[in-house]
Amino acid sequence: MEETYLSDFGTILLFLIGGAVFILIGLGASKMLRPSNPNPEKLSSYECGEEAMGSSWVSFNPRFYVIALIFIIFDVELVFFFPWAVVFGQEELIRATNGTWGWFSLIEMGIFLGILLLGLAYVWVNGHLDWIKPKPVIPQSRSKIPAEMYAAVNKKYS
Amino acid sequence: MIILGIFGITLLIATYCTYAERKIAAFIQDRIGPNRAGPFGLAQPLADAVKMFFKEEFIPANAHKFLFVAGPSLAMLTACMSSAVIPFGNTLIINGNHIRVQGIETNIGLLYIFGVVALGVYGIMIGGWASNNKFSLLGAIRAASQNISYELAMGLSIIALLMMSGSLSLRQITLQQGGEFLGLSGLDWNIFYQPLGFIIFLTCAFAETNRTPFDLPECETELIGGYHTEYSAMKLGLYLFAEYVNIIVVSAVMSVLYFGGFNFPGQDWVRANIASDPTLAHNLVTILGIVVFFGKIFAFIFFFMWVRWTLPRFRYDQLMRLGWKILIPLAIMNVVLTGAAILFWPQLKAMF
Repeated sequence: MEETYLSDFGTILLFLIGGAVFILIGLGASKMLRPSNPNPEKLSSYECGEEAMGSSWVSFNPRFYVIALIFIIFDVELVFFFPWAVVFGQEELIRATNGTWGWFSLIEMGIFLGILLLGLAYVWVNGHLDWIKPKPVIPQSRSKIPAEMYAAVNKKYS
Repeated sequence: MIILGIFGITLLIATYCTYAERKIAAFIQDRIGPNRAGPFGLAQPLADAVKMFFKEEFIPANAHKFLFVAGPSLAMLTACMSSAVIPFGNTLIINGNHIRVQGIETNIGLLYIFGVVALGVYGIMIGGWASNNKFSLLGAIRAASQNISYELAMGLSIIALLMMSGSLSLRQITLQQGGEFLGLSGLDWNIFYQPLGFIIFLTCAFAETNRTPFDLPECETELIGGYHTEYSAMKLGLYLFAEYVNIIVVSAVMSVLYFGGFNFPGQDWVRANIASDPTLAHNLVTILGIVVFFGKIFAFIFFFMWVRWTLPRFRYDQLMRLGWKILIPLAIMNVVLTGAAILFWPQLKAMF
């Protein structure tokens, strides 16, 4: 479609608009068609049939936050990998430099990767990647199967 | 034209994915599955859509009204946008013009998909938070944490592939796989050079689309409905629809990156023998290629559903351990191995 004057991202804008129109039609049509009889019971938040206790916009486990921080660091490093990966194997560059280009870029990236691995090792050793494991409470029962077998299974899959 | 076509086809496939999911689940569990609406229950997705339109819907009194609507819309919007750069087929020659069977060909296609799919987690996060429900909030932060963890391994597995292809354009990557392998043209697929990368990518694809065994954000035994506990009718429909569109996109990306996209074994032979007119032969091969590409997508979608009814769900600590302590080191090792292999390729070739 060379004759159209849309640039690459113009087409992506068209996709964006198309998606938005689809969503608007969906939401708009359902708004016109559906019944609407709200009452306070219906509008309360679901909490297993109990009345909801307070707001749920409260603090949550900081581990999620730590994971997000580590992710940011690694993802920024990952972004630097993409341009490197594209030029790494280019024949012209390798030929132009008599093959030293490959070694140069590999060693350069090895240093970068080493720093990245050091970071991974650091968070690993400090236990930021360990999630809290559930501690199963094993109920006492009069089963004919000996308790050691359960213990063995639990040990195997913990 | 092509844009509308791509839109229509992805949405149609996504609609019938819901049907396929229920039929496959029924088959695996030795049931019949939906069979009332239309022949073999084929009108079931239509009936579901009608229900979604006519069902009463309400926004919880405590929820953040605007973000509650924005969440599912954003999830669906990003899902719709990501199919823009997928090369569904080679070029069609009409009146001497080459027309690409693709929404748009950009030289950063892979980065674009990567970015847009990553945006999808905002839809879940916003919706889950705006519901003001404890289960939704837990589901949302689980989803965010899981998606970002597996995105790293996914990116690293792609990098090993990029080192070989040297291009971020999905069309270029596909065309490179059209060469000969074992004497068959169109079989030079990346899966033969990157098996480890493919396995890492596949695992991450399951985690990114929140499918079993990684469906912890909506794990009903712990979190009722997860991030969409408070959603009903059309907004729930948008979430579920977005999930299926994402599965299609991810299946298409896997076919393009590792399984040759629209290339099929023996395509050069077919091109030479199918018709005497070269234009007609080219067009016929392209159409065959599109059919093959959709076949690959459907095979992956079936695989997604098969796995859902085969593997149990992970526990959250197992999920995090797999993502950070197994997949990321493996992916880094894969990058290093690929780099060394590319450098030593001439020597290796000379040895045999």
